[in-house]
Amino acid sequence: MIRKFLLFVLALGLVACAWELYKLVGPDNGGDVLGWSIIPRTNDIAMPHVWDMGARLFEDESRTSDRPIWLVVLEAAWYSFRLAAAGFAIGSVVGIALATVMARFNVVRRGLLPYLVVSQTVPLIALAPLVVSWGGRVSIGGWSWPRWLSVAVLGAFLAFFPVAVGTLRGLESASSTALELMRSFAASGSQTLRKLRFPAAVPRMVPALRLAATASVIGVVVAEISTGLRGGIGRLIIEYARQSTSDSAKLYPALLGAAVLGLALVGVVGAFEYGVNRQRPPVPSG
Amino acid sequence: MEASERAVQVSGVSKVFNPGTPRQVDALVDVELTVAPGEFVTLIGPSGCGKSTLLRLIASLIEPTTGTITVNGKPAGRARLDQEYGMAFQQAGLFDWRSVVKNVELPLELKGWDKAKRRERALDMLALVKLADFAEHRPWQLSGGMQQRVAIARALAAHPPLLLMDEPFGALDEMTREHMQAELLRICADTDTSVVFVTHSIPEAVYLSRRVVVMSRRPGTISHVIDVDLGAHRDVDTREDAGFYKKVTEVREALRGHEVDKSLMATGGEDR
Repeated sequence: MIRKFLLFVLALGLVACAWELYKLVGPDNGGDVLGWSIIPRTNDIAMPHVWDMGARLFEDESRTSDRPIWLVVLEAAWYSFRLAAAGFAIGSVVGIALATVMARFNVVRRGLLPYLVVSQTVPLIALAPLVVSWGGRVSIGGWSWPRWLSVAVLGAFLAFFPVAVGTLRGLESASSTALELMRSFAASGSQTLRKLRFPAAVPRMVPALRLAATASVIGVVVAEISTGLRGGIGRLIIEYARQSTSDSAKLYPALLGAAVLGLALVGVVGAFEYGVNRQRPPVPSG
Repeated sequence: MEASERAVQVSGVSKVFNPGTPRQVDALVDVELTVAPGEFVTLIGPSGCGKSTLLRLIASLIEPTTGTITVNGKPAGRARLDQEYGMAFQQAGLFDWRSVVKNVELPLELKGWDKAKRRERALDMLALVKLADFAEHRPWQLSGGMQQRVAIARALAAHPPLLLMDEPFGALDEMTREHMQAELLRICADTDTSVVFVTHSIPEAVYLSRRVVVMSRRPGTISHVIDVDLGAHRDVDTREDAGFYKKVTEVREALRGHEVDKSLMATGGEDR
């Protein structure tokens, strides 16, 4: 665990060194190769110093604000984390439910699976206004659809797919011996599902959930931007990017926040995985 | 013998896979077999002779094309629902996510036994297979032979009168295998269980059975039934007994006799 953390810090340091090294030797205003401007600029606006990014973390957000950037970023990340967690939860429940139905009924599986694959080719940005407008029409009793829920649903839209596919494969991974055994014990369909298929599916579900965690973070960040929801890290990235011509180091703390957010959600899945794996044979993970 | 007094009664059973298609296979044709209560019967034959198919038909895991099968006087399907038999396969098929004792509890759990009662029975069964000390272990911490003993304990947990076994010792080494055979005879005598046992091994069949059913291929039929009169009590000395060798030879010839016939027919066909 400590070793992993040290390696992580080392990798981060190496990236920072590479960044500074290129900044040192690269041309200030970039360069052309065969008429294509592909050599990146190294001036302070395009590539701020690593220490400037670090320092910016602890400075105030702007002249009109007295809150340091790290606090603003952390608050935004926490807001987005909750949205991503909601999206992850919705996506996982939907994904597992779809996989269960597909595993149970071959007809559903053959009919539905191609559409699930196609669904992932729809760009999220195209879908965002639709979800917002549908959500705007939902009103049950005194409850009306909040805008953040649209963002969570868009996160779920990316998250459900790996869960559905991974769980489906997992549910079908029970050995034929185990299935015959359950039949010889006169187990009902739901007993076979609960006592054999689901436990057997767990090793395939865990990596799927990890993919879903990162997918929901990406979904939420993109959806915040395309629905214009304030308060989250996606919105912050856009705002800071606009200011980067005058305050270029400001963007990077926001990106760091987005990365931390993704790691936090993957960490939650990792804790779950650890709990599960203690019960299982020590096989090489992969 | 009345129908209800028979552990297993197979009458006029045939099984055709993929009927009416180019892949049609006549797996079994017109099979008759009776197993008395407490009797140990082994099915032996070349690969593809339908011995596993016959076992699965008795277990009602698949349905016969024609004919009837009763287990303990009940139609096979009813017997399966009532857990009148327990089953063990070549792979122990233990669930990795359950402890050993919880694996043995599985059939009782499915039957809706309450927790304390099924734990008590499962521990009794583990004592029977001499694995009481391993109740809280995980299956993957056990050797192959131990896993197979857990599988037998699980198959017998509900105290079924019949045990169906499909090459359960096929993946074990020779020494473990002989030990397991002796253990199985002891367990079956202790619990008064009838057994239908599928194997490839001639010495295993002779050592274990009161009757060896020799099957032949294409179509799958019973070609010989050999009574093994080596007495009820069998131990290490049985394997070195002259009578044992005689029976092994008899089963081998029954198996080979058929193979020879087939090869003669094949070459004869080519000559003409």
